[in-house]
Formats: sequence, structure tokens, C-alpha cells
Amino acid sequence: MINLTDVHKSFATNDVLRGVNLSVSKGESMVVIGGSGTGKSILIKSILGLVTPERGSITVDGKDINKGDRDAFLARFGMLFQGAALFDSLPVWQNVAFRLLRGSLKKPTNEARAIAIEKLRRVGLNADVADRLPAELSGGMQKRVGLARAIAAEPEIIFFDEPTTGLDPIMAGVINDLIREIVSERGATAITITHDMTSVRAIADKIAMLHAGKIRWTGSVADMDTSGDPYVDQFIHGHAEGPIEAVR
Amino acid sequence: MTQTLASIGAAFLGLLAAMGRLALFTGQTISHLVRPPFYGREFGNALIQIGYFSLPVVGLTAFFTGGALALQIYSGGARFSAEAVVPQIVAIGMVRELGPVLVGLMIAARVTSSIAAEIATMKVTEQIDALVTLSTHPMKYLTLPRVLAATLVMPILVAVGDIIGIYGGFLVSTERLGFNAAAYLQNTADFLTRLDIISSLAKGAVFGFIAALMGCYYGMNSERGAMGVGRATKSSVVAAAILILAANFLLTEAFFSA
Repeated sequence: MINLTDVHKSFATNDVLRGVNLSVSKGESMVVIGGSGTGKSILIKSILGLVTPERGSITVDGKDINKGDRDAFLARFGMLFQGAALFDSLPVWQNVAFRLLRGSLKKPTNEARAIAIEKLRRVGLNADVADRLPAELSGGMQKRVGLARAIAAEPEIIFFDEPTTGLDPIMAGVINDLIREIVSERGATAITITHDMTSVRAIADKIAMLHAGKIRWTGSVADMDTSGDPYVDQFIHGHAEGPIEAVR
Repeated sequence: MTQTLASIGAAFLGLLAAMGRLALFTGQTISHLVRPPFYGREFGNALIQIGYFSLPVVGLTAFFTGGALALQIYSGGARFSAEAVVPQIVAIGMVRELGPVLVGLMIAARVTSSIAAEIATMKVTEQIDALVTLSTHPMKYLTLPRVLAATLVMPILVAVGDIIGIYGGFLVSTERLGFNAAAYLQNTADFLTRLDIISSLAKGAVFGFIAALMGCYYGMNSERGAMGVGRATKSSVVAAAILILAANFLLTEAFFSA
């Protein structure tokens, strides 16, 4: 469904992606792991069209995302940002219903608000947060609002950028469960990037490890512990010693 | 010597590149005027934020400037027995020059900085990226409404500033300097021409465009982190102030050089 072929992206003299090849099947939950600064976020942003690779192709259902109707692609995507990226000036329900209040998916205000409240309930938030501003919510609640916004327009493909970073273990568990439920019940395709190995084991069908700008290893959660790849072993067990040099 | 020339050349090329980026940004902003969708609510909010909430600062600035101008002209004119020209000089000074320039600079301080800080913060917190993923073009949603609102509302702010500035001069002249109120108003009305008023409003529109555009441009091109937001805010105000003063000179030349 999603195919990345020989994708290269650099910033000035920093080659971030150096020939990434990755395939994600429909309905699959793919988790991309890798150290800080290895280009995981750039990988997602490339698929979303937020950055344009210098070389290679990215296709969704065989169609190049950098050609054709951009809005049509974006209408199929939902994204949970690392810091939630909620719009400060809008109340929570308008954040959730943002896409439903304008553009090709526009609905009447009452209907959009009702959908927003239903999505807030879906992520465990009461309707009374709907009229509050994002700044009035805790980090965990903001993340849930971000999740509600990501699924509000029923996207086929959902991206999660570090969904549990900065959350306490209990809230991280709640977010992991929500992601798993939402993806499985809707049959959506999910691509998640994270360092959190608990999260990886909770939500992944398939794992890809990004290292030195390339996909170094792919496999299932079950395969991960027996991969035999020293890079994967070092990363998943968090060892300071190994082939991956820690930046000190 | 070669190194010095290379540095000068690099600085010049950097300046040209910056001008090119700004020109491209301006062109893109204007191009969205004729390409739907339009975000009416954002435009309305920008009108209120830039126009209505700037009225107090514009009014106070113009009032005190008009009053001070009357005192200066009176004391300066007394040196060659020309105290009677206070109404005319206050009127022409406020309408042609001080009204638009002061309002422009106050808007640069209040609105440009606010727009740059808001958009830069949105950029570093990935809100701009979020807009794109929600099928909303940031230039249409953030830049065009603000630039259009500032361009349309600034002539009104300048007109308000002109009137309040003249009123400040009138109050000082009649209450402090002993001018006859009716004669003062008559002299003001007789002396001002239609061109004076048109030039004032036109300057307002251009200064509003510059002020909002600079805020958006530096906000959109902000670097990461708190320092990036601070730098974008500072640069936007400096650039807006310089461009407003340069545009003022060019517009004065265009309107009154003959």
C-alpha cells in the first residue's frame, strides 16, 4: 500500500535519508525505531509531503504522493504529532473538527461538533473539555486530543510521531491501548515512530529499524528479540556498548 | 584583499537571495487572493486584532504628537512672527507625514511583532505542519487574512490617527496658546487638499501591507527554539520599520515631488 523506494533527503551537508526502502501493507501497524537524529521524523514528513525527497519515490496504492491531487492524498492521512501540535487559539472541539469545518470534508457546524465530541469520548475525554483551550489541558490530555483530531475524519492511514514521549507510564499505556484499538477496529494502516520499546511491543505488527539513513532491519515483534542483528540487539536492550555509537 | 572582496560579494549575494525569497513570498501571498478557499473567519479575526485593538495605541500616539507639534510650531514660528501658521502646519504635518508614519511604526511594533511571534511559535511547535496535514494551506490560512486585513484596515487607522492628531493640536492651541477655536478649524479645513488625504490613506494601506507581510515572512521562516522565535520577532519589527520609512520616502516623492 505504502512504498518507499531509494528515498534520499539531505539538509545542507547532512544526509539524513540515504536510500530508504520500506513497504507497509494495508491494515498493518508498522513501527519505525532508531536512535535520535536518524531521520525517523523526516521519513514520516516525506510520506506526508511536508518535505520533498531529492531522490527516490514514495507511492500510496501505486500513486506517487508528489504528483497528482495533493489534497486527495492528505484526506486519506491522519497525524498525531509528538507535541500534539494543537492550535492554541481554537477550543478543543474546533481542533478535533478542524478538517470537518473547512475544505472538501466540510460539514455543518453542529454535525462537526457532535463528531468532535464523539471522538473525544473515543479517546477517553469527557464532553466538558470540548470548549476549553488546549493550554488548559495536561500533556496527556493534549495528546489524546491530538489523537482524536488524527482520527476525526476517519483516515485510512494514521501516523504517530513519538506518541508516548513525555508521558508517565500509565498514560503511555493508555495511549498505546487507544492506538491499538483504533487501528484494529477501523482497519487503518498505521506508521509509528518511537524510541519507547514498551510502546513498540504493544502496537507493532511489524518493525523497521532506521540506522545511518537506511532501513537496517525489518521483522515482526516476535522476530525482534532473535534478529541476530547487533544493531537491533543493542537498541532494543538499551546497551551503551555496541556498534551504535552513543552521542555523548 | 581577495578575502575582503569575497566577503563583500558573499554579503551582497546573501542580500539578493533574501530579497528574492521575500519577493517570492509576496508573490505567493498575493496569488492566494484569487485562489479559493478563503478563510472569512480568520480574516474577520485579523481585522479585529489589527484594527480595533490598535485604536487605543494609535489614538494616544497621535494625540500627544499633535499636541507636541502645535507647541513646537508655535515656539519655532515665534522666532519669525509666524505663530499663526500652527493650524495649517499641524494639519499638513499630521496628514501628510506624521499620521501615517507614526501609525505605521506603532502597527509595526504592536502587530508585526505579534504576528511574527505567533506564527514562529506555531512553526516550532509543528502547528504549521499540522495545518498542512489537515489539508489547509498555511499561506491561505495564516498569511493572506492578516496581510489583507492590515492593508484594508490601516487607512482607517491612519484616518483616525490624523483626526486625533489634529484634535490634539487643536486642544493645545485653543486651551494653552490662545487660538480661536472656530478660526483654527476653518484654517485646518481650508488648508488641507484632497491629495493630502489620499496620500495619507494610500500610505496607510502600503504600510499595513508591509507590517503584516514582514510579520508573516519572518514567522514562517523562523528557526527552531525560543531563540529562533525571538530572532524572528526582532527581525520582523526592524525590517518592517525600515521598509515603512523607505516606502514613506518613495510615496512622498511620488505624490508631492512636482
